[in-house]
Amino acid sequence: MSTLLRLATAGSVDDGKSTLVGRLLHDCKAILADQIAHVQRVSATRGGGDFDFALLTDGLRAEREQGITIDVAYRYFATDKRSFILADCPGHVQYTRNTVTGASTADVVIILVDARHGVLEQTRRHLAVAGLLRVPHVVLAVNKIDLVGYDESVYRGISKEVSQLADQLGIADVQAIPVSALVGDNVVERSSATGWYDGPTLLEFLESASGRSDASGQPLRFPVQYVIRPQTDNEYRDYRGYTGTVASGTVSVGDQVIVLPAGRRTSVAGIDRAVISSTSTAVAERPSAVAGEAVTVRLADDLDVARGSVIVSADSSPGTRRELSATVCWLSDRPLSVGARLLIKHTTTTAQAIVTKIGGVLDLDTLGVIDATGLDLNDIGKVQLKIAAPLAADPYSSNNITGSFLLIDAHDGWTLAAGMIDDEEGELL
Amino acid sequence: MTATIEASEAPVTAAVSTPTSLDALESESIFVFREVAAEFERPVILFSGGKDSIVMLHLARKAFAPAPVPFTLLHVDTGHNFPEVLAYRDSVVETLGLRLEVAEVEDYLADGRLRERADGTRNQLQTIPLLDAINTHRFDAVFGGGRRDEERARAKERIFSLRDEFGQWDPRNQRPELWSLYNGRHRPGEHVRVFPLSNWTELDIWNYIEREEIALPSIYYAHERDVFERDGMLLAVGPYSQPRAGETVSQRLVRYRTVGDMSCTGAVASAATTAADVVVEVAASEITERGATRADDRASEAAMEDRKREGYF
Repeated sequence: MSTLLRLATAGSVDDGKSTLVGRLLHDCKAILADQIAHVQRVSATRGGGDFDFALLTDGLRAEREQGITIDVAYRYFATDKRSFILADCPGHVQYTRNTVTGASTADVVIILVDARHGVLEQTRRHLAVAGLLRVPHVVLAVNKIDLVGYDESVYRGISKEVSQLADQLGIADVQAIPVSALVGDNVVERSSATGWYDGPTLLEFLESASGRSDASGQPLRFPVQYVIRPQTDNEYRDYRGYTGTVASGTVSVGDQVIVLPAGRRTSVAGIDRAVISSTSTAVAERPSAVAGEAVTVRLADDLDVARGSVIVSADSSPGTRRELSATVCWLSDRPLSVGARLLIKHTTTTAQAIVTKIGGVLDLDTLGVIDATGLDLNDIGKVQLKIAAPLAADPYSSNNITGSFLLIDAHDGWTLAAGMIDDEEGELL
Repeated sequence: MTATIEASEAPVTAAVSTPTSLDALESESIFVFREVAAEFERPVILFSGGKDSIVMLHLARKAFAPAPVPFTLLHVDTGHNFPEVLAYRDSVVETLGLRLEVAEVEDYLADGRLRERADGTRNQLQTIPLLDAINTHRFDAVFGGGRRDEERARAKERIFSLRDEFGQWDPRNQRPELWSLYNGRHRPGEHVRVFPLSNWTELDIWNYIEREEIALPSIYYAHERDVFERDGMLLAVGPYSQPRAGETVSQRLVRYRTVGDMSCTGAVASAATTAADVVVEVAASEITERGATRADDRASEAAMEDRKREGYF
């Protein structure tokens, strides 16, 4: 089991996300004395009196002034069982792009619902984002359960509604937990007031959740980041290595591989890791490397390999394509229309792209796709792209690295959209 | 199958960081260094001789081995340095054959472009020399050793963080940062701050220093020093900081958790003489490293945010 788990929180404004995060950190003893003193001082100054857990995470001046979370705050905590990286994401619809940011790397997304208000449009949007990004686990935290008198039927009703939505969105695993972040029920400590609930507490769930499905068993994908040619006056004079992080699969010395986009076949001559001391810089050979490891690969033949090349296993090459159909989260307040010229960033390749079709937009009420001529901020839509360079791409459902991309404004560099390449059937979500 | 302890009954300790999570953090950082080397023309590493910048340099060397690090180093020198740290800096630069640029706060004070602050501390005076050095050398990517666990405003920082032509950070309008697709595009005059240690904690840093046997300046380990107490911190008696009336000097066994301007960086009482000893201490610590040792961060609720907006590290 991986010992590092990445989680993200999502929910509407005032669902108590920051309070939940503060409670989780506090009850895991991840808040140190000076941070507690700081919150007590500020809580008192604000006239609130009580300890305001949200002040532990809402770090920006504007966030404290408005009492909302604007941008993702990253928090780090650990228990005896594992370490956690937590992305505390904003709830306000205006900042959905920041929720997408936090969820893109998450193993678990915690979606909060206020027990008094039930499922809102933002809940649906966040569920759609979690489903689209294929986050492995979703926790539905039915918060403020104390404010509905610990009523089991409220919990059951919300869980049932969310399960139905999850089914429609293709989310396999949803764990609903009745919690009160303010009081601490079922966050770290099991609540005596919810005797009707026999599932895990939030922390129990997080400690036992599996990470993203192990990518080391999948076909090899190794996007080349940077070519190392030391040209130094020593044993490495003729060294030529291709650096990168294994996106999926395992690479071993002797493996038959294809270098895309050229499509040339060769074999792996060596895999190197750095061996450095305070005075020397060298490399040592290793027999293989697996998904997630940053290494340097040497090839048997002298081919044209550069940044943007992808080394793939010879028996399961994705080939290359210049046209993509994809689902995108539109993250910019500049609308998208057909014919737009953009940049696409896919693994280590950046190329020009033209939007040839907008295939529709997700309707959050019905979770169906409806016709659209453009995409606006926070829309989840379907597009087709024509690309100026061949890309070694996989469907996102089989590879979240070679299946994902950004759309970028060529003029000012702004990130406009997060894209996920569709399966061959081309279904949205 | 043997019985397992229910999580809710298990004792919850401050932190563990295992080889597996360190390996993941190392690979993530190396990936970032390689992206920058490939996509920028003139990257620079901010190198103060502090532990975070030392770990950063170690990771950069790993990213490009057996070739040399393809980046320049930049030190913004407050003039209030620990001599042990400057000696360390110079020895690393010489041994590894690196290129070092130094921006001197003293130069700005000498010709009046900057004035000493009332409290005499200089951490906040580093912003303008830093931005000038970035402009003069046309650095387009600037690696900083900032970690998100350090401070509330830093917790909001992207790994690739755009700065406008005035060096300003706009925390309300940051680019979305998705998967590991880092977007470093910028217009002329803008630059990108890059934080390869974003996801490391203080404990991870020390575990890594121990595992990799990374040498540090001696002040990070326990040593005898004449100190006096101010605002709950132990300050060294030295050329830049003298006790005021009522503050008594005593010789104590101390070490530093951070290094910065000597006049406002506090030491902590410690007997830790190795990285392994420090790991034990940090895991048991009840105060954050900045809370324990940085007077300048205590100035206000949003002191770091305000400095970062203006272009600080």
